[in-house]
Amino acid sequence: MENLLSIITFIPAVAAAILALFLRGDDAAARRNAKWLALLATTATFLVSLFVLVGFDPANTGFQFVEEYDWILGLKYKMGVDGISVLFVMLTTFLMPITIAACWEVEHRVKEYMIAFLMLETLMLGVFCALDMVLFYLFFEAGLIPMFLIIGIWGGKERIYAAFKFFLYTFLGSVLMLVAMIAMYMDAGTTDIPSLLAHNFGSADMQVLGVHIVGGMQTLLWLAFFASFAVKMPMWPVHTWLPDAHVQAPTAGSVVLAAILLKMGGYGFLRFSLPMFPVASDLLAPLVFWMSAIAIVYTSLVALAQSDMKKLIAYSSVAHMGYVTMGIFTANQQGIDGAIFQMLSHGFISGALFLCVGVIYDRMHTREIDAYGGLVNRMPAYAMIFMFFTMANVGLPGTSGFVGEFLTLMGIFQVNTWVAAVATTGVILSAAYALWLYRRVVMGDLVKEALKSITDMTGREKAIFAPLVAMTLLLGVYPSLVTDVIGPSVSALITDYQAALPVVDGTQLATN
Amino acid sequence: MTPQDFSTVLPEVVLAVYAMAALMFGVYTSKDKVAPLISWATAGLFLALALWIGAGGEGERAAFGGMFIDDPFARFAKVTILISAAAVLIMSQDYMIRRDLLRFEYPILLALSVVGMMMMVSAGDLMALYLGLELQSLALYVVAALRRDSVKSTEAGLKYFVLGALSSGILLYGASLTYGYAGTTLFSGILSTLDHGAPLGLLFGLVFMLAGLAFKVSAAPFHMWTPDVYEGSPTPVTAFFATAPKVAAMALLARLSWDAFGAIPGDWTQVLAALAVISMFLGAVAAIGQKDIKRLMAYSSIAHMGYALVGLASGTAEGVTAMLVYMAIYVTMNVGTFAFILSMEKDGRPVTTIDSLNMFAKKEPLKALAMLVLMFSLAGVPPMVGFFGKFYVLKAAVDADMIWLALAGAVASVIGAFYYLRIVFFMYFGKETEGVESRMAPAQWAMLVAVAVIMVAGIVNLFGIQPAAAIAAEALVR
Repeated sequence: MENLLSIITFIPAVAAAILALFLRGDDAAARRNAKWLALLATTATFLVSLFVLVGFDPANTGFQFVEEYDWILGLKYKMGVDGISVLFVMLTTFLMPITIAACWEVEHRVKEYMIAFLMLETLMLGVFCALDMVLFYLFFEAGLIPMFLIIGIWGGKERIYAAFKFFLYTFLGSVLMLVAMIAMYMDAGTTDIPSLLAHNFGSADMQVLGVHIVGGMQTLLWLAFFASFAVKMPMWPVHTWLPDAHVQAPTAGSVVLAAILLKMGGYGFLRFSLPMFPVASDLLAPLVFWMSAIAIVYTSLVALAQSDMKKLIAYSSVAHMGYVTMGIFTANQQGIDGAIFQMLSHGFISGALFLCVGVIYDRMHTREIDAYGGLVNRMPAYAMIFMFFTMANVGLPGTSGFVGEFLTLMGIFQVNTWVAAVATTGVILSAAYALWLYRRVVMGDLVKEALKSITDMTGREKAIFAPLVAMTLLLGVYPSLVTDVIGPSVSALITDYQAALPVVDGTQLATN
Repeated sequence: MTPQDFSTVLPEVVLAVYAMAALMFGVYTSKDKVAPLISWATAGLFLALALWIGAGGEGERAAFGGMFIDDPFARFAKVTILISAAAVLIMSQDYMIRRDLLRFEYPILLALSVVGMMMMVSAGDLMALYLGLELQSLALYVVAALRRDSVKSTEAGLKYFVLGALSSGILLYGASLTYGYAGTTLFSGILSTLDHGAPLGLLFGLVFMLAGLAFKVSAAPFHMWTPDVYEGSPTPVTAFFATAPKVAAMALLARLSWDAFGAIPGDWTQVLAALAVISMFLGAVAAIGQKDIKRLMAYSSIAHMGYALVGLASGTAEGVTAMLVYMAIYVTMNVGTFAFILSMEKDGRPVTTIDSLNMFAKKEPLKALAMLVLMFSLAGVPPMVGFFGKFYVLKAAVDADMIWLALAGAVASVIGAFYYLRIVFFMYFGKETEGVESRMAPAQWAMLVAVAVIMVAGIVNLFGIQPAAAIAAEALVR
């Protein structure tokens, strides 16, 4: 089983190829077959990926399940996972079957829809597994294509504007990253990620076009990567593509976007920015902190003013990603553990919230908050589940949302109290917008005529939510499931990070 | 002519004799009725020659006292030229028959121009270079004006001829300067002259010849003819212009630079780098406003030539390899794209406007998907093969310490992505209007789908063209 990672990465791609080549026609039977094949493939991927989780040794901080082959143009095909990436792989394989099940009701060009999602899964897994910089870039970039199509073909009214905005925003960021990668290859002479992690990029101050640059090459590279990952993440102020894309994407597209695609940015920070450019990270961390703090407060406030449910949740995603970026650049154990935890937990919670919106959208075909009210009278099961995830989103203790927020806030408190103070207000604000949304949609009397005949969740819908509820609760009450796996790798990363910082006056400079 | 010489140029001789014989055959039999037969025979001969040259050739041989060189570089270029010419010929058959365009001279003229191209890539002497170039160009001037009763086609032919003659003049002037200062027309002779320093006159000669060749590859700022000729010529002819002649001219550029002026790479890499940057940006920016897909492809080819020139401008063996790989990928992509453009029609008349592709994906999902793959590949979006072509030339530039060139290439690729995306946009998200129909002959369909599959499957190992290109580049760069 030495090719385990390649196997899980390419199962969905093979299924997509089978769909594209052998499935003919667009009648009901063909549509059903497409859905079942996609579900089967993603479930199989998940089951096979369990072998990775079981075989993974958390104590080993190096890369595991490594496979390496010569590839074209002097490049290498190299895959592997460590404590930081393994859980993202699991998150992806876990969420994909749920996503496929969630779009069971799609009737418009089903085959292409399934192909797009299967390709997307392959590309996302590739991002988390790639151990060669160019391979990483390849997967990272290629993910744009299916997402562009998903938004553009199956989206809502303004889908074309959203698709173009999404594509050009992220493409621009990625090209800057490509340029930085070329420069890194120049400097280190390799594109191998483990070798690059061990390479010291120059950090002496330098002059570029008469501008004095503190931190020299590292700062420039860091900024180029930042441009790409910050857009993907997305961080304030380059987050504006996300609400548009979310609102226009179909439900399943939103789930994938929020739950998995956004994590590529955070993963990129952890894989490239922090360990490869420690001096620049240390130097620019305050910038990230304040951007994150602003993101948390500002987007929470913006969320309060939304009248579209999906937009509200999209802004709440931006706010939650603020905790992640903040946690990553604290460069201490709680902060980074918390950031990874927050990403995983946000994957479950935001995915579930978008599914919640999807449930009523499928029935009423509107996402306007004002169109609802008093749903609890007709949909008790729905009210229950929506309540649960609203609470998880707020960060109620006992749910996974609490652990991530708490750990990142603890991490940031150790390095910058002011930022911690500002960020903590976000907890209150998130309670405000989430509960207010819940009140307006679910509580109250059922007065609207259109809602009088609305039906509660079906068995299929309940089945989709069950695993998400289970994971949110499980990680909430027993977080060491995650921290035990990521802990050793994170602490190794921090040790290397501290060692790479220049020594001033006999003490390390990691004070921010 | 020794028997040794003869066996070296045998493929060219076979093709030239065939062209003459086919001409006689056509004239003395039933003329245009045998045109399909001659087309197939010509395509078959191209493929057979490609197989012969690709599999049979070995080592390096020179004929006619060094005027004609047969080495791995020439063979790589010849195989690419022959295969692409055959592909274009096969897929344009149906289009030409239905438009009543298929004259029996057409395949013969293509065969003659291919002979010229084969001469070009094997040239070891300024005379041989010019001979090959003119044979190629004269045949192409005629096919550009193939549709005699169409004003646009005639205009295209005339424009191509006048500007082509101008560029030939520039080239000849450069060649005569070079001869004047080097005292020889042999590339190897010029190379050894450079051992005693490079006189200014020789450099002038070099620059003039580069300018003349830049015209042939349609590198900016010598690109003016390209959009008009692409738009005006019948589509099969455009498809041919966009493929084989570009490879030949690019290979000739490489051969002249290295074989004759390989001692002073610093002098011509600057020129090529400047051409590359201007081409990449001009191609990317000017294509944005285009409404006609053939004009768009013209600007796209200008931009692509810019990227190929980046490889050459690196001035290393790796750069030449990258250029060859890039050209092979470029030609493949264009064959697929033109197979599709050939099939675009409405009520039996060819259409080439981009907005006629509205919602094409709904009507023909498979063809639209194939075009989507091709467009993303042309734009250089991973994981399509087109990305690797771009990546490889940029890497070659970086390895040669020309970071600014690589940066310019990366930036231009973002700008360029926009107009390829626009085609995808029309096909997938456009308005619901009466759009284009696509009537495809089996050959076109097969070509389009095969190329799309190659663009995706090629990421496994690029079908091994990189080692072959590396051997070819080794032979050129010593």
